[in-house]
Amino acid sequence: MPTFVRTEKCDGCKGQDKTACMYICPHDLMKLDKDGSETGHAMKAFNQEPEQCWECYSCVKICPQNAIECRAYADIVPLGGSVQPLRGSDSIMWTIKFRNGTMKRFKFPIRTTPEGSIDPYADMPSANMDEISNNGFYNLNPSDLKGDRSQLINL
Amino acid sequence: MAEGTFGNPEIIEEEVDILLIGGGMACCGAAYEAMRWMEGTDISIKLIDKAAMDRSGAVAQGLSAINTYLGDNDPADYARMVANDLMGITRDDLAYDLGRHVDDSVHLFEDWGLPIWKTDENGERHDGSKGGTSLRDGGKPVRSGKWQIMINGESYKWIVAEAAKKALGTDKIQERVFIVKLINDKNDPTKVAGAVGFSVREHKVYVYKFKACLLAAGGCVNLFRPRSVGEGTGRAWYPVWNAGSTYAMAAEAGAELTMMENRFVPARFKDGYGPVGAWFLLFKAKATNAVGEVYMDKNKEMLKDYPPYGLAHVPASCLRNHLMMHEMKEGRGPIYMDTPTALGDLAKTLSKRELKHLESEAWEDFLDMCIGQAGVWAGEDIEPEKKASELMPTEPYLLGSHSGCCGIWVSGPTDLGAPKEWSWGYRSMTTINGLFTAGDGVGASGHKFSSGSHAEGRLAAKGMIKYVQDNPDYKPELDTSVEDLVAEIYQPVKTFLEHKDYSTAIDVNPHYITPKMLQFRLQKIMDEYCAGVATWYQTNAHMLAVCEQKLGVLKEDAAKMRAKDLHELLRAWENYHRIITAEAHMKHIQFREESRYPGFYYRMDYNFVDEKNWKCFVNSTYDKKTKEWTLKKVPHVDLVKK
Repeated sequence: MPTFVRTEKCDGCKGQDKTACMYICPHDLMKLDKDGSETGHAMKAFNQEPEQCWECYSCVKICPQNAIECRAYADIVPLGGSVQPLRGSDSIMWTIKFRNGTMKRFKFPIRTTPEGSIDPYADMPSANMDEISNNGFYNLNPSDLKGDRSQLINL
Repeated sequence: MAEGTFGNPEIIEEEVDILLIGGGMACCGAAYEAMRWMEGTDISIKLIDKAAMDRSGAVAQGLSAINTYLGDNDPADYARMVANDLMGITRDDLAYDLGRHVDDSVHLFEDWGLPIWKTDENGERHDGSKGGTSLRDGGKPVRSGKWQIMINGESYKWIVAEAAKKALGTDKIQERVFIVKLINDKNDPTKVAGAVGFSVREHKVYVYKFKACLLAAGGCVNLFRPRSVGEGTGRAWYPVWNAGSTYAMAAEAGAELTMMENRFVPARFKDGYGPVGAWFLLFKAKATNAVGEVYMDKNKEMLKDYPPYGLAHVPASCLRNHLMMHEMKEGRGPIYMDTPTALGDLAKTLSKRELKHLESEAWEDFLDMCIGQAGVWAGEDIEPEKKASELMPTEPYLLGSHSGCCGIWVSGPTDLGAPKEWSWGYRSMTTINGLFTAGDGVGASGHKFSSGSHAEGRLAAKGMIKYVQDNPDYKPELDTSVEDLVAEIYQPVKTFLEHKDYSTAIDVNPHYITPKMLQFRLQKIMDEYCAGVATWYQTNAHMLAVCEQKLGVLKEDAAKMRAKDLHELLRAWENYHRIITAEAHMKHIQFREESRYPGFYYRMDYNFVDEKNWKCFVNSTYDKKTKEWTLKKVPHVDLVKK
């Protein structure tokens, strides 16, 4: 289901050098056509290699203009369906439209903390370099590791 | 130096103690663990990702489950499950060690904000936004299997990356740089001393020197011709950006690989490759042939051909494929997941509210991790309560973190009774000093999935810090000049600029091959000679000999790939990595004279499992000068009773 960019909605992320979709695409597919020489639409983004698109929807979800959608793989899927998300700060809304017109809507939580609020070592112990060779992690003592050692037959 | 140009890139040289290559779960785990240990030291570190950490790696799209959470299970049971699913040949030391560590990473994910489904005291399940007791404090997860727990995982990677990025700080992260080669030490070829790559955004080549590095850049996808070859090429089951970089770079650095004959051929919803786990395990659906017969029941006698792996409570994944493909080859396809019966049965005992929730859960399974499958269902008017969906075994994938065990041979833990040959020092270090790996990179284990890859990255981080501390006076020196490295990396650009005007059509030119055509050639060779879908996963020594010859010529032609822009330079090097990975896969299948994984591949000239002669690891090394592979058997032992 390669992504496509709606011409009338894309604003090229307001003339910045790189767009949000270029920033996020894990496969380097989204490209800003600065002068319109590649698409005929200057300062708008496009998917430069649709047959390499994993349909991960990262660009769809991040686009500030909601300008990116997916059209299911033309070599597999009949026309007419669509699957479109609206990702908020704590949940995502999905609208699924079937070829026959049936609509389904779902809402799922995506995180329980505000974005950007993670304090990675909050309330966690410091590491003690004398213990670097021990099993466990900086916050997991070797004595707290799981395992009935009688199950190990080669000790 | 002046600003770089396409033909003459700027060269950036940096030296750090530890380089993390990759930005997925393993490197996020490594960054998180390493930064805590490094507090108060002068150890330096940098993470290099070819994409953006928020959405890079195999979890970029999200996941609907965490497949490795032990909870009340014992790590010995986990090691048994891993071994059985991978037909007996795994390293119990690595699986056991992962099993006893992994839950801590899951608890951190929940702390950071990942919603995890819970079961309340009445047995009703709730999504992860409802709060409830955390797993750390004894909350009960929703198990979709013995080892799996359900999550609302759309933002799984975003959350894990946020913690890693906060731990590292932005000055220690370099995104959109693709590392393509490791460089050995000038004075000691058993050591790695550096890595080189290029920006896919600017005309810059990056040369790093370091004492230790974590190479964790995923598995290998699209080395075989996929079932869909048009726009659907991208709809690979595993992420299409996993290009075998981990295996290829390690091999070229001289590291010993292990079990590269192993592959994974997942049986998934046809075309969209949507997950089936929740349908089987949570919704209790059955897979049937075209006339409604449950092939796992109908063909269960076939499992007796493969004791003990076929006789376990859950037969090995490859054998489940073996039984499914028997039905297809006997002419009783298509194979269906009988979703209407499963949902109908559940509806008999559920309230309307619960049924509505169940429908939502079924769709979330796709929308969290495989949105494309929802697109297939929408376009084909498939409502699962009304219409069954086809299943199909996919093209082969190479990986070490899911139901696969190819990868790199690493040093394991010392306290589990492993032979001394399995543990030569630093945890997670390969046979090349200073080169560590995790996740898809660690071979002969498997079933670590997202959480296990994170935990394995953390274990490797400790090993690297210890290594750096033990080698304070080591000064890395590269065995190749920076000038030569830059010339090699930018050769596809040079080739393009030199020859582009020879023909009027940019893609048809006798002086070069486009990365895309080279990939098609690789996929055709692997599909037709190395047990791809074209031959129902069958090969033999004669076909492998043809494969070897053709791959050799392809490797020569890879030196003539062109890059018309930085995006194509990325594709050129990804495909070079795919070729080296494919060659390793072929050589291992050639060496192992049995069919260890029926349902994943068949050596038709040795179409049996040979426990007497081949219950052993196969390890290999690659000589980058002669371009030859050397293979050997390595004895296997059980560390837990099987």
